[in-house]
Amino acid sequence: MNQAISTHRGRLAWRVPSLETTAAWLLAIVWIFPLVYAVWAAFHPPAYMVRFDLLAPLTLDNFSDAWVQAPFARYYLNTFLLVTGVVLAQFVVCTLAGFAFARFPVPGRDVLFMLVLIQLFVFPEVLIVENYRIASGLGLVDTITGIGLPYVASAFGIFLLRQTFKTIPRELEEAARVEGCGWMAILLKVYVPLAKPTYLAYGLVSISHHWNNFLWPLVVTNSVDSRPLTVGLGIFSAPETGVNWATVSAATLLSIAPLLVAFLLFQRQFVQSFLRAGIR
Amino acid sequence: MLIHNADRRMQIYGALLLLPAAVLLGTFAYLPTVATLINSFFLPGFRGAPPEFVGLENYAMLVEDATFWKVARNNLLYALGTIPTSIALALGMALFVNARLPGRGLVRMAYFTPTILPMIAAANIWMFFYAPQIGLFNKLLGALGLSGVNWLGDPGVALTSVIVMTVWKEAGFFMIFYLAALQSIPPELKEASDLEGTSRWSFFWRVTFPLLMPTTLFVLINALINAVRVVDHLFILTKGGPNNATNLLLYYVYENAFSFFDRTYAATITVVILLVLAVVATLKFTVLDRRTHYQ
Repeated sequence: MNQAISTHRGRLAWRVPSLETTAAWLLAIVWIFPLVYAVWAAFHPPAYMVRFDLLAPLTLDNFSDAWVQAPFARYYLNTFLLVTGVVLAQFVVCTLAGFAFARFPVPGRDVLFMLVLIQLFVFPEVLIVENYRIASGLGLVDTITGIGLPYVASAFGIFLLRQTFKTIPRELEEAARVEGCGWMAILLKVYVPLAKPTYLAYGLVSISHHWNNFLWPLVVTNSVDSRPLTVGLGIFSAPETGVNWATVSAATLLSIAPLLVAFLLFQRQFVQSFLRAGIR
Repeated sequence: MLIHNADRRMQIYGALLLLPAAVLLGTFAYLPTVATLINSFFLPGFRGAPPEFVGLENYAMLVEDATFWKVARNNLLYALGTIPTSIALALGMALFVNARLPGRGLVRMAYFTPTILPMIAAANIWMFFYAPQIGLFNKLLGALGLSGVNWLGDPGVALTSVIVMTVWKEAGFFMIFYLAALQSIPPELKEASDLEGTSRWSFFWRVTFPLLMPTTLFVLINALINAVRVVDHLFILTKGGPNNATNLLLYYVYENAFSFFDRTYAATITVVILLVLAVVATLKFTVLDRRTHYQ
């Protein structure tokens, strides 16, 4: 009898969620709704944009339309090359600089480090006017290198790696030196492997940042050969082009799909990375 | 003598390690910053003529440029509209997700997902809501028998529409910092206050909120930076219109540089942005990092 009452109560508690639970869920539904709506619009014929009918026919036509109407395959390739190139180059340049700041008595090191930190506030996209001139002087306009290069020496990456390298005990370094390792070998065999979590965090943040970046790539590219997905999508879906909306939804989903799927699969790593990388 | 040489070698080695970063930062951060400053004192040379030094003329023009003031005011309103709202929402979300909640993982995912979308994609999606005839908002209003609002075309409403979208995009990002901070608050504090019979409301304002202050400052600084740095959505939603009602400083720089081809005036507006960022940086290095030492 007692048990019956308690299960009954349990069910009752489950059936009538608290005010807070209700509010939390309502907010969650509001927050995810735009994305769900984009998915709805992308998978249904245009006539169902604002007609919600559970039995509406599903279709992939919007995706094939988008794929045919704009060179998304090329945009994908460009974004892929851009993101890979930037992240690898950042790893190399920031590792070297972070190592120097952590372990080498470079004269004026603290002043130099403060100078680097300034770049946390002065981003390439704020300086579009002058950066465009510099990129064109270097012959980098409309190249993938031109999009990525201003971001390679990332203050944020240097900062993160310096902090990580500083926590690594010197004894490990001494041990490697006794074995006859030079500085480069010490860096590659001791410091880099121990900083793996930092590389992962920084890599994920950097990938999402460059996958999503828009303003500088827009300014510095002017042809299909170098445009990344965001710029391609921006041009494709500009209201004045008159492309139909279901197609725009499909194109939008196409551009965000890889990152979104990666996020849904590795949620914890993403959130942890953004947290670690908070300073950006 | 030997030791001295070893020191010297270390210094040179360290400098060489810094070299690639120094060259790149010099080329794409310091040089353009200085060039922007210098350009703001010049007029572009026309037809191959060298640029003409005009002192503060560009700044005088700026002061008299009604559009600039409108844009600056917009940017201020945009900051005031997005920052407190997204911080409050982020804190609320973190409190929700930190508590015992059925389906907590799903709720957290729903809050955080907008963060990983590109601004352009977010703007596209919100365009489906805001569009005047076929947009979802007006269809819903129509279904209720109300007349539609021109969400992006009415100068009185457009900036608010842009703000709402930005808050949607940002709040989940700030939530994760609050969530991490909440999880680091020792549970004993809550237990002690429960024993004393403190209400949840006063526990929040007297204990939780003050303990979250460093996080709030951190998030505030990030939000301030974003308010001047991110204008991607304007390219889709409004292009700064109608009649500059949603134009923001960086978008105005873009227009001047790449639509009106007035490079030096664009540089002058950039200087204003750099000043704002300098204030934010000072705020960060003095207020937030008082206890943090980069050693």
